[in-house]
Amino acid sequence: MRPFRYERPSTLAAAVALLADEGDRARPLAGGTDLIINLRDGSATPDVVVDLKGVSELSAGLAVAGGRLVVGGLAVMEDIAADPVVRGSFPALAEAAAVVGSVQIRNRATLAGNICNASPAADTSPALLVYDATVLCAGPAGERRVPIDAFFRGPGETALERGELVSAIELPLPTVPGGSTHARRTRRRGHDLASITLACLVTADGGARLAYGSVGPRPVLRIDRSGVLGDPRSSFEDRVAALEPLLADATPSPRSMRASPAYRLAMLRVLALRALAVGHERLARVPA
Amino acid sequence: MIDGEVPARSGMPVGEPGEGGPSEAVPSTAVWSEAVPIEISVNGRSRRLNVAAHHTLLEVLRDDLRLTGTKECCLVGECGACTVLLDSRSVDSCLVLAIEVDGGEVLTVEGLAGVAVGGASVVGDPGTATVAGPADLGRLQLAFLRTGAAQCGFCIPGQLMAAEALLRRTAHPTRSEVEEGLAGNLCRCAGYEQIMEAVLLAASDAPLHAGGEGGSPEPGHHAAASSKTTGPDPASVPDASIAPQ
Repeated sequence: MRPFRYERPSTLAAAVALLADEGDRARPLAGGTDLIINLRDGSATPDVVVDLKGVSELSAGLAVAGGRLVVGGLAVMEDIAADPVVRGSFPALAEAAAVVGSVQIRNRATLAGNICNASPAADTSPALLVYDATVLCAGPAGERRVPIDAFFRGPGETALERGELVSAIELPLPTVPGGSTHARRTRRRGHDLASITLACLVTADGGARLAYGSVGPRPVLRIDRSGVLGDPRSSFEDRVAALEPLLADATPSPRSMRASPAYRLAMLRVLALRALAVGHERLARVPA
Repeated sequence: MIDGEVPARSGMPVGEPGEGGPSEAVPSTAVWSEAVPIEISVNGRSRRLNVAAHHTLLEVLRDDLRLTGTKECCLVGECGACTVLLDSRSVDSCLVLAIEVDGGEVLTVEGLAGVAVGGASVVGDPGTATVAGPADLGRLQLAFLRTGAAQCGFCIPGQLMAAEALLRRTAHPTRSEVEEGLAGNLCRCAGYEQIMEAVLLAASDAPLHAGGEGGSPEPGHHAAASSKTTGPDPASVPDASIAPQ
């Protein structure tokens, strides 16, 4: 591994100042489960690695405040998957966090790091999209709030500007009962990257939100306007038809080694229908 | 070490001169990042080290502390051979910088001897890589011996540490919880069945004793396993035969 300078700032101001000063020469480090691989294979060659784990303002915990769940910038997947509020109100996020890598990876990998890497196959992204998350970006000019759908730009590209880091991710607590789930397709059971990763949320007011990744350069959020997908009594045939326009933006890469475009597009439909059914089942179990 | 007396080679344990370290000349083009002092607890023993920022916990454990039970394999977090516990949680030590661990507590496979499942009653001085006698083996290790879980053995330290982390959190896991808990640990001998069986056995109430430590072997304690547990055999444990520097 190429040597670098290691900095462990203790305040947010010091961290963003370092990142702003060094620009592309610096890389922030949280869990390191992607960065250290990139440092070793030479695909990342920073002069400075800025470890964020000493920043006092960054939390590794989750908290409910002001009608929102706040996931700290240092919260790791294993803790997110086990959090009672996440499991109760945001099950698609709990399920997605529980399948990222292995236990060893989930004990280090942070949700903030996962979205900053902006892998099109990131499992947590579809869940954050259906739950309408907001990304808190801290930078030299202060903090700004970016809707998750505007945060993702492309593979490895986010709305973060020079000097900025993700300080927290907020999810609004549901005001209407909902049923949601995460679904994925992998080559094998266990530790694998997703060929398709998808989340679905249906709500008691007839809404349906679908988000999917690993079938294009960035994860996609689509909201059903037909009313069919949010209707628990809609027929299978009607759902198949209503899904088509929502899945039209899937453009899987022909160069991926994980699955062919034809397979991904076929399985995307299967997973979407299954997730929709699970969402409705869960919504039906919510006490009135 | 007095500052400036000996060039602070990255990773060199504090207080030990350069003898015994790598004697090959450092290429003139090499740039050592500045060694930074850290203090970590390894298997219950406090260790002060100077580490380079770009050295991983795995490198420091193996190369500087000579705790070679932790294995280097894929280096991308796929195989789990380098699994250790960091502050009681399992991590791939190839994906953690040693400098990040400053102030932390590390448990390696060398520290598992004498550890009751889910507990931390350590006997002896597990901070050093001495050969564990059968009486010192932890319950999980005995269960691995009993089921014949180790074939080539390379993945076993990582499997043991992943299992230890699992059992600390879930004392009586289901089979599917064991599968998920060990999903980050590959065994290229494909000895998964015996490994699963070992973890479930360790988590059960079944008595497990080292052979020769309390009379006749228990039923089912077959000869092959027994011969492995009747006494320390340093020749069969090459890693452990390397004394700490």
